[in-house]
Amino acid sequence: MPQSSNEQVVEKVAAVLNKHASGANKSEAMVPNRDFTALQETAWRLSREIIEMTTKAGSGHPSSSLSMIDILTALYFGGVMRYNPQEPHWEERDRFILSKGHGAPGLYAVLAEAGYFNPALLDTLRQTDSPVEGHPIMNRLPGIEASTGSLGQGLSIGLGHALAARLDKRDYRVYVIIGDGESDEGQIWEAAMAAAKYQADNLTCILDLNQFQQTGSVNKVMPSLEPVVDKWEAFGWHVREIDGHDMEAVLEALRAVKTVTQQPQMIVAHTLKGRGLSPFEKNDVNRKHGEALKPEEAEIALAELDEQRTWAVYDPAGSRLPNNERSANRLAKEIVTRQGETGKPMENKS
Amino acid sequence: MTTAKSTQTKSTEQALGLKEGPATRDAFGEALRELGRTNAKIVVVDGDVSNSTRTEYFAKDFPERFFNMGIAESNLVSVASGLAAAGKTPVAASFAVFLLCNAYDQIRMGVAFPKLDVKLVGSHSGISIGEDGPSQMAIEDLALATSFPNFTVIVPADAPSTKAATRAMFEYEGPVYLRTGRPKTAIIYANDGTNGSTEEIPFEIGKANQLREGNAVTIIACGIMVAMALEAAHTLSQNGIEARVLDMHTIKPLDNEAVERAARETGAIVTAEEHLITGGLGDAVARLVAMRQPVPIQFVGVNDTYAESGEAQALLKKYGLTASNIVDAAKQVIARKS
Ligand SMILES: Cc1ncc(C[n+]2csc(CCOP(=O)(O)OP(=O)(O)O)c2C)c(N)n1
Repeated sequence: MPQSSNEQVVEKVAAVLNKHASGANKSEAMVPNRDFTALQETAWRLSREIIEMTTKAGSGHPSSSLSMIDILTALYFGGVMRYNPQEPHWEERDRFILSKGHGAPGLYAVLAEAGYFNPALLDTLRQTDSPVEGHPIMNRLPGIEASTGSLGQGLSIGLGHALAARLDKRDYRVYVIIGDGESDEGQIWEAAMAAAKYQADNLTCILDLNQFQQTGSVNKVMPSLEPVVDKWEAFGWHVREIDGHDMEAVLEALRAVKTVTQQPQMIVAHTLKGRGLSPFEKNDVNRKHGEALKPEEAEIALAELDEQRTWAVYDPAGSRLPNNERSANRLAKEIVTRQGETGKPMENKS
Repeated sequence: MTTAKSTQTKSTEQALGLKEGPATRDAFGEALRELGRTNAKIVVVDGDVSNSTRTEYFAKDFPERFFNMGIAESNLVSVASGLAAAGKTPVAASFAVFLLCNAYDQIRMGVAFPKLDVKLVGSHSGISIGEDGPSQMAIEDLALATSFPNFTVIVPADAPSTKAATRAMFEYEGPVYLRTGRPKTAIIYANDGTNGSTEEIPFEIGKANQLREGNAVTIIACGIMVAMALEAAHTLSQNGIEARVLDMHTIKPLDNEAVERAARETGAIVTAEEHLITGGLGDAVARLVAMRQPVPIQFVGVNDTYAESGEAQALLKKYGLTASNIVDAAKQVIARKS
């Protein structure tokens, strides 16, 4: 057996997980549904946590986590997913699988917020003896449905869950997030075909189309990913294309796909790695992929995040807040640049 | 596709009275179908080779629990992982070589690491598939399968013990790799013509079956090499050398106790497997013997090469996997005894 080496971490983990195991207050299954402002507030707070925990750990993938945090927030708190943090193995739960496992800090922040474990554990990210691993490991931390980190496999695993649901006549749904770089993997397209063949309408995949992968932009590394919407449609999927930072659009898409029958659904979500945060956006090569911010950079990024927190000041009535507009404009610009090479304008497929 | 020929030599039959039986893949397919009736958790994902792996028998009776994922081994293994995580007991089947080599990482991430209840079944193992040639011959699969922590690796010797192994595999909860073969195989167990009744066949995962007692040397074999080990022991006996024969059907976890006893009581070991001599049964035995009871060992297996197309018997001869190779190895290893 490996020797424990990190007593502080061991203590913290034991305290938190014991509390969990006692299962003192088994609550009812739930579909948390926060109001719109609360969702934005949540995504904002979880973004802060992503930056804080990775900077504290000194490594990790903050930009990969940030690009999908609005989507994750909508899934777990926007009236979309059904789960019970007190019973992580509850058979009727909806499943979420983070196929792009390096986005783990984003998932951990969400799971802690949902109540799967004490947020204090986030401080132990990537430390010896902590279950808050560099990449998600199932059965080591409540709420993790699959061990991921080798890209390309999560959609197939999700399909396995989806097929099992059908065999067991259960109505749970399966959600998977994949990356655009990850889509280079052949297995993604194996899963695409198989899911369409089996008409897995209880399977929803979200493509975090954040334009960058490890060594450069998707445009440079694998430009032929485009036209990606056409590809998924050609594979027999129901496809919607959205701005993945527009909470309203994300919610609308996630709710709408639930009614699709006989087809798996793909939500192509245009996102940015470290939206509006200069330490990330300054990096034109890969948006600091796989790099934690240094403490002084984190300070800048956190201050910029605070500036983005406009809903606390403005009327929370809708998505057309100044900040969202800023984001939407930048997205539109990036998308035009990207599609300059394929010559195909972005259209709304929904 | 050519018809499968027996790997059994005339001499095996004459010397030991072993009868030719079905291929181990056939026995697996039948056992799977039988188990499908009582075990509703069993589902099968296959990669467009169900008529080769024999999962077609299950597919015919339980179409709703059978998924043909197409020629996509990575996907099928990960789908099996998801099915297992959701409470099913999936069989993921393909040719041994494609399953282990093509989906190694998917097995690692989705089966071994999370220790999920997935049963990998690889048919067409070894060089005895013959004419289809080396692209289809798994000779590295045991090295790959035994490399996974949490894994159980089983190589049954004949059809009746394959049925028993299949049952045992489903009684055990956790990742298993079961290796089956294409050619008809000599029947070692239930050698009384009542192949259907397999009750009396001893099969316990991780526990070797001693088929013959002897004190000069122990031949530890798996798969089709077990019949050859018996034939070799018979030949050795005619020369006044009594060899112990162990059917080491489980490569991992190895029956440490039986191996250690063999080393202590017979002082020399020959391993025989239809696999590279590296990474499989021989390596596992050598590692244990080196730690517990060092004695000389000789290895019969494919020696650091790929094979070729040809008739199964001819290939086994050309690549050194016959009873007479085992006899030679036994004589050499006995000569090295101190
Ligand atoms: C099979 C595999 N190959 C390579 C890697 C190393 N790797 C980690 S993240 C990454 C880039 C992923 O890009 P993308 O899917 O676009 O994710 P994101 O940009 O959202 O981080 C690579 C190459 C890996 N984890 N798995």
